[in-house]
Amino acid sequence: MKHIKTLNTQTLTNTMKKGGCGECQTSCQSACKTSCTVGNQTCENKK
Amino acid sequence: MIHQYQNNGYNIVLDVNSGAVHVVDQQAYDVIACLNEMNADHTADTLKTKETEDTLVKQLSGYDAEEVKELLADVIALTEEGRLFTKDTYENIIEDVKQRKTVVKALCLHIAHDCNLACKYCFAEEGEYHGRRALMSYEVGRKALDFLIANSGSRRNLEVDFFGGEPLMNWQVVKDLVAYGREQEKRFDKHFRFTITTNGVLLNEEIQDFVNREMDNVVLSLDGRKEVNDNMRPFRNGKGSYDLIVPKFQRLAKSRNQEKYYIRGTFTRNNLDFSKDILHFADLGFEQMSMEPVVGPDTDSYAIREEDLPQIFAEYDSLAKIMIDREKHGKGFNFFHFMIDLEGGPCVYKRMSGCGSGTEYLAVTPWGDLYPCHQFVGEEDFLMGNVDDGIVKPEIADNFRSCSVYTKDSCKKCFARFYCSGGCMANSYKFHGTIHDTYEVGCEMERKRVECAIMIKAAMADEGEES
Repeated sequence: MKHIKTLNTQTLTNTMKKGGCGECQTSCQSACKTSCTVGNQTCENKK
Repeated sequence: MIHQYQNNGYNIVLDVNSGAVHVVDQQAYDVIACLNEMNADHTADTLKTKETEDTLVKQLSGYDAEEVKELLADVIALTEEGRLFTKDTYENIIEDVKQRKTVVKALCLHIAHDCNLACKYCFAEEGEYHGRRALMSYEVGRKALDFLIANSGSRRNLEVDFFGGEPLMNWQVVKDLVAYGREQEKRFDKHFRFTITTNGVLLNEEIQDFVNREMDNVVLSLDGRKEVNDNMRPFRNGKGSYDLIVPKFQRLAKSRNQEKYYIRGTFTRNNLDFSKDILHFADLGFEQMSMEPVVGPDTDSYAIREEDLPQIFAEYDSLAKIMIDREKHGKGFNFFHFMIDLEGGPCVYKRMSGCGSGTEYLAVTPWGDLYPCHQFVGEEDFLMGNVDDGIVKPEIADNFRSCSVYTKDSCKKCFARFYCSGGCMANSYKFHGTIHDTYEVGCEMERKRVECAIMIKAAMADEGEES
């Protein structure tokens, strides 16, 4: 598209299909401890 | 829901419910804004009507009509692909998500309710957490690890953070618990990811070697410039801690190849120019950094207030630009609060259900009591059980489990809800006396950080195309 560049191919809707395994890191264990930073975690479901 | 903003010369369109991020030119930006204003619930069908096209062309009469129509076709295509005007279909499944059986996968072990510093903003009140000074015994720690294994179901990776107070004040127990954990992981086919959060005062070569061998991550507490750090992080005799700590942290970071650690600061109203502290970290040679806003009531002189937000936003903007520039020149560093994974981030189940405190994540006091997270320690209403008897008040876990982005009115309207997952429940409790609310000043900062993080991705994508 001439006017629109989309940065990502994955969508949240797609993650409904295989998500919810719970193997991801607990957000507060990393480097915050006083906020909530779920969005910067990485999915650990390699299936 | 669509969120549009302009930052550092980029026009960014975030399709909130799909997470799709579009970088657009001014014309596309205006077309999407106009369509969104016309009807925020547009579907591909409503976008295709003659009425939509006519209204759009009329309202954007300053642009060439054919170009506008071409853009409308692009918007329709993206909407059909599920990347614009995506509906929130997750609310329908939240009840199922909330009723799933959860396992405990992480513990915050309060290995020492004591500290050798007297940081003025400490939520643990110099390590004591509204209680008494105490060190966790090996016996209590061992039972905590047993509790974790027994309650972790089939989850293999278990996280244990050695926290305080200052955990190095009880170092032998940390070492013994790591050894115990390593024995148990073989027996139960588990893998412990140990981490430690330290102020560095007692850090030495022996500890460094052990930490490098055994700890997946190390959080090193330092606030930045010497005068900033020493003002808020003095020893009990009032002397600053910077000079003692910085060389130790530099050695540790280098010995870990500048990976798997964070130098973590707290900024307050006293250093609203905190980007200088982050750059100071970079000047000291650190590459992994975190800088958290202090959380405290307005009655604390150092607390962040609503009126401080414009300056804080300007700091985040300035930091983002500097980070892009440094990255381009091969001198990049990682800032925890601008980290965002647009491709491989967490699934939507995780994003709507929050941090896991009270269900997947618990804190253990030195005497073995269980709380929903480290920030609730000492709040007796949140005492959930102990390492001997396990969870004796499951209703507390149920209360935390019931919390999601759909139970908070402010989240329903917020574009950042799938990045913070409803925010910190402890902060909500501190400001509103309930975990089912949000801490608005924190939300404002989170929204700004998400915007900056996405803008950095846009800039880096630009850079990739140019090179």
